[in-house]
Amino acid sequence: MAATNSEVWQRGSVVAVTTVADGIRRIEIETSLPARADAGSHIDVTVLVDGQPEKRSYSIVDASPDGRYLTISVFRTPASRGGSVYMHTLAPGDELELTQPLQNFPLRIGAETYVLLAGGIGITAIKHMAADLRVLKADYRLVYVGRTRSAMAYLDELVALHGDRVQVHVDDEGTSLEVEQLVAATTDDTELYMCGPIRLMDAVRRSWAAAGRVVPNLRYETFGNSGWFESQEFTVAIPRLDVEVVVPTGQSMLEALEAAGVDMMFDCRKGECGLCEVRILALDGVIDHRDVFYSRRQQNAATKMCCCVSRAVTSTDAAAATVAGSRPARVAIDVS
Amino acid sequence: MTTTPTVRTSSTTAKTMNFPLNAWYAAAWDREVTRKPLAVRVADTPLVLYRTEDGKPVALADACWHRLAPLSMGVLIGKDGIRCPYHGIVYNSAGRCVAMPAQEVLNPSATVPSYPVVERHRFIWVWVGDPRKADRETIPDMHQMHDPAWAGDGETINLECNYQLVLDNLMDLTHEEFLHTSSIGGDDISSSEFVVTHDEDGVTLTRWMIDIPPVPFMKAQMRNQYPGFEGNVDRWQIIHYQFPSTICIDVGVAKTGTGAPEGDRSQGINGYVMNTITPVTASTANYHWAWMRNYALDSQLLTTQIRDGIRNVFTEDTGMLQAQQKAIEANPEYEFYNLNIDAGGMWIRRFIERALEAEGRLKTAG
Repeated sequence: MAATNSEVWQRGSVVAVTTVADGIRRIEIETSLPARADAGSHIDVTVLVDGQPEKRSYSIVDASPDGRYLTISVFRTPASRGGSVYMHTLAPGDELELTQPLQNFPLRIGAETYVLLAGGIGITAIKHMAADLRVLKADYRLVYVGRTRSAMAYLDELVALHGDRVQVHVDDEGTSLEVEQLVAATTDDTELYMCGPIRLMDAVRRSWAAAGRVVPNLRYETFGNSGWFESQEFTVAIPRLDVEVVVPTGQSMLEALEAAGVDMMFDCRKGECGLCEVRILALDGVIDHRDVFYSRRQQNAATKMCCCVSRAVTSTDAAAATVAGSRPARVAIDVS
Repeated sequence: MTTTPTVRTSSTTAKTMNFPLNAWYAAAWDREVTRKPLAVRVADTPLVLYRTEDGKPVALADACWHRLAPLSMGVLIGKDGIRCPYHGIVYNSAGRCVAMPAQEVLNPSATVPSYPVVERHRFIWVWVGDPRKADRETIPDMHQMHDPAWAGDGETINLECNYQLVLDNLMDLTHEEFLHTSSIGGDDISSSEFVVTHDEDGVTLTRWMIDIPPVPFMKAQMRNQYPGFEGNVDRWQIIHYQFPSTICIDVGVAKTGTGAPEGDRSQGINGYVMNTITPVTASTANYHWAWMRNYALDSQLLTTQIRDGIRNVFTEDTGMLQAQQKAIEANPEYEFYNLNIDAGGMWIRRFIERALEAEGRLKTAG
């Protein structure tokens, strides 16, 4: 239950790697300083990107009761910043550095009813919650949304374990989720836990508010790696400091500015805390706000952005944005 | 079940007993939890307790998610909320942030732990361990606290000693003869036979003292029911332990030879000494007690007199327990030695030790 956010680093040894869906590897790790992993918890892992250590967060999918064995599942994203590429190189016997379980997404025991909503790889944060609620004989539904069945990890296992409590929606089978129907079926005593792409989570957040549900009963976690658009390369300039850098698809604006020697303020690096806020002076293109810090009003105003996760793109039209040869977006900012 | 009996023996006599986390502890009396936040510490976990507008008790971690300011210094707001006294972040009774003054969107991580809490037997019980295991059916039975067939009252003693020392004290009442000479002691306790039994639910220690002069406290109780009573009594002390740290003692006396040992208590008086001890830190504990009786139920005078009298008796225990804790700390190289009179306390230690083992926390015992 506790929100645990003090990082205790330990060694881990990979004991098994299996492919569980298109582009998704299940990685089981034996830890050197076991600590109990509650549903909703994650680990931070040191990954190597171009030989440099960087930190990435992965939800714990399963764990042995004492936390000695932790399992994560990693989706190798097309626009990976390098972390998932590294994780997919791991093989049994490999060593890695990871934290003890960290908790920012605790499952509260004792709600009247639960809805667990997973979109794609978001199932990694949700699967353990479903297992707990089943053991507790709670009133829950597990709603699992994906593009195509072959990309949905653990689907058969979840259907076998949770039976009628699982509701599956697959886009390419024409059974996409109707968010408003999902929310309409909840009550003021329902707690909804979700993890998935930003479009899905944003639709649920708006629908939840529109239906007048209790705002803090909607629980979600984001690691800030899902956007409204495919990532594009863009340019960021800080006129006051005479800095101009290109932000490639595999890097965040914050990382690019740090690499250019700018002394940046930040903390969570997942679009949550707002400390990495920069002021937008000029914009050629649009901002793909990937944070959960700003309100929609603030995001539409496009005067500020969370540079740890948000990006600039050339067009709000996704198809046009990917047309080859179009001029990259450019954003001029000032920093704190 | 174990291949290392010598290790088991020494840990069972730990001078500083660790406390299980997967257990219900009485965090406060029902009357202490109000619409004003109350700071308590249970099993080394700082908590803020309060009631919602609907009167439901709430237990949250007593540290704001943001900068750890104690929420117990804050104010209650709305139906079930509490506002941090420092920067105004508001949490609901589930520990979820419902207002962040300096931004338009609630941070999804903004929560403080909320703990399972149950109001029962005039106490507010909390569970600071794994909430998935918090079964309210395992709250100790202390029904005499509110059963209409019983009357009485009690208090809390803030003790500077490990909680297990109190459990040891209550399971071995031979100390009454020496520590409580003028009230509930008596020459016949340490020389009388006692029987210890245990099952999966707890430990019971039974002692009968037949045809003895009543001790002053019991004589006064008899005279309340039987004005001018003189003569000898049969006295009983039947001590019931329930996990993790509750001891209810069936006590009383009856005119000797009237059949009390065989079950006819009609010629006597019967009380229940209710005790539940909450570990605060390794070396402090909150000892909640009450003395309940099943006679003269409508006498508030008797309730007050007995409560005040028992308070004085227990002050003698307070002095001894705290002196014992100091001596333990001053003599780190000395170990406990166990006597036959410690059998009840030793069984409790085994219950607690097994619970700690199940939590993987046995080795941290000091």
